[in-house]
Amino acid sequence: MNNNEHISFLEHQGKYKGIFAWIFATDHKRIAFLYMYAIAAFFLVGAILGLLMRFELIAPGETIIKPQTYNGLFTVHGIIMIFMVVIPGLSAVFGNFFLPILIGAKDVSFPKLNNFSWWLFMFGSALAIATQLLKSGSPDTGWTFYAPYSTTTGTSVILATTAAFILGFSSILTGLNFIVTVHRMRAPGMRFFNMPLFPWSIYATAWIQLLATPVVGITLIMLIAERLFGIGFFNPDLGGDPVLFQHLFWIYSHPAVYIMILPAMGVITEIIPTFCQKRVYGYKAIALSSLAIAGVGFLVWGHHMYTSGMSEQARWFFSLLTFIVAVPSAIKVFNWITTMYKGSIDLKPPFIFALAFIFLFMIGGLTGLILGSVATDIQVHDTSFIVAHFHYIIFGGMGFAFFAAIHYWLPKMYGKMYNFKIANISAVSLFIGFNLLYFPQFIIGIQGMPRRYFDYFPKFQWAQVISTIGGVILVSAVILMIYNLIMGVRKGAKASANPWNGTTLEWQIPSPPSLENFDSAPIVKENPYDYN
Amino acid sequence: MDNNGSHITEYKVLIRILFILLLCTFITIEITSFDLAAFTVTAALLIAGFKSYLVLSYFMHLKYESLLLRILVSMVFLLFFVIVLITFIDYSFR
Ligand code: HEM
Ligand SMILES: [Cu+2]
Repeated sequence: MNNNEHISFLEHQGKYKGIFAWIFATDHKRIAFLYMYAIAAFFLVGAILGLLMRFELIAPGETIIKPQTYNGLFTVHGIIMIFMVVIPGLSAVFGNFFLPILIGAKDVSFPKLNNFSWWLFMFGSALAIATQLLKSGSPDTGWTFYAPYSTTTGTSVILATTAAFILGFSSILTGLNFIVTVHRMRAPGMRFFNMPLFPWSIYATAWIQLLATPVVGITLIMLIAERLFGIGFFNPDLGGDPVLFQHLFWIYSHPAVYIMILPAMGVITEIIPTFCQKRVYGYKAIALSSLAIAGVGFLVWGHHMYTSGMSEQARWFFSLLTFIVAVPSAIKVFNWITTMYKGSIDLKPPFIFALAFIFLFMIGGLTGLILGSVATDIQVHDTSFIVAHFHYIIFGGMGFAFFAAIHYWLPKMYGKMYNFKIANISAVSLFIGFNLLYFPQFIIGIQGMPRRYFDYFPKFQWAQVISTIGGVILVSAVILMIYNLIMGVRKGAKASANPWNGTTLEWQIPSPPSLENFDSAPIVKENPYDYN
Repeated sequence: MDNNGSHITEYKVLIRILFILLLCTFITIEITSFDLAAFTVTAALLIAGFKSYLVLSYFMHLKYESLLLRILVSMVFLLFFVIVLITFIDYSFR
């Protein structure tokens, strides 16, 4: 290879040609693209299902779909969005692309395993989508598959749980790969506390993926065994305990919410110092709070079960632990704001998305405390208040962080720049649409609007109408944003190696990077955010 | 980062561990002839826990790995233990 001329990983000619150069790729950057295109497609499908539910809810009674179809819609919407979009989301796309680069490595530790994880992901996703084609019909349990209903309903629960099981394996293998990468592949001179903070958050996430996901795997196998062979794990008629299902399910699924949000926090921690041109405030506190969230996050699952008939003692104990886990999240918010203080702020699109993230994540997190307290949770459990809470966290948090990340790193990934003005317009309309869609759900949730209901009392209609309008604005804004990004990649101006004047390692190499990322050994700084 | 060299354990050590494991299996079976009431499961778990400790340290070479790695693996077991413990705050008080 000619050393003077830069050949990017996109132009590099490997063993395979055409589509095979992608689907059999072992380069972490190509695998990141594979995940990104797949996830974007699933996201659009999930969004359309969501919009269908919103149109159904525009007036009381039946409007466009039947009640059983509605049950299928919220289940499949949940399965797609949780297992196929937000859990892999940031770590499989930006973790894959940028974790090795940010720690000065040329790839992840196990590149072939990385490709295999993607295949598992696609296989699991195909099965999940196949549930729609079976005669028994779409599963109607909600994404949580609560027993004993899930052990008795006639719909295609077995296929859906098998799909979730396989998707889980993909997640475990990715986590394992990233843990080993962080331990073994760091560039010479890069100690743990020289790593940028995005790798720190991916590292903490990877541990959750590795340790929590097997629990849901086992739980789903138990559910399948109960359905197929009548073994009484969960159904009281067979001598089982339905609360056991909830324990096992949430032992995974609460840590899973941190699989979603930790990488998002990592992205925001990269963006803020760059657009304030200032060293991040409290580097160590941010790094360690990621580990603290990962650790304590394992111990709070019972806050999803306050009304399940769990013991009194367990309820107050879980409530206490839930309040403790809010502390490290608050540390991060405090550090972001302090980093901005007296910085030379540059309001570029990635930073606008990051600001929206902080605002929405705060609303989500603070309403989380309302839910963490047993007394208040009993009022709003299973109402649309919950729906609003987790959409603020997951969409307003993780979703907006994903949008921030793609606007931040797209010039590095494709070597092209998008239009700033359209990006700003899409950011603002996303923000407006989002709040119109979800904020009213808090209000009617407190007033008693149940979640996962197809029908409602006329007194809730005003809010449902606002939500539906918000939903239309939101989806239009997403389409505008994606259009702008695609136009940027296809027709945009060439991006320089360091368009935002960032200091971390990805900005030291050409855009897009070459196959092995670094043509010469990377220069590791004592503090990755050194702007002096 | 400096563990790329591999450690070779003597056969003698491995065989000794094997015999200890077999002995533990024997104890697991024999102990069921005593009536330990509520501690039946505890006893079985303790023996199994000791066995997995031996397997991890000798057969999986953890004994010869860096301190960091050993701490990480112990933390995983600690976490598992705490999760089971917390679950029983529900079951023992219901
Ligand atoms: C950090 C990111 C967070 C994410 C991704 C998240 C996500 C979720 C999700 C998906 C649910 C709904 C589960 C269901 O019923 O189907 C939920 C419920 C809940 N969240 Fe969060 N949450 C987050 C933060 C928090 C925080 C910081 C707290 C409290 C300090 C909290 C407390 C709760 C509680 C108590 C519930 C259960 C409410 C109920 O079902 O009655 N969450 N959260
Ligand atoms: Cu939770």
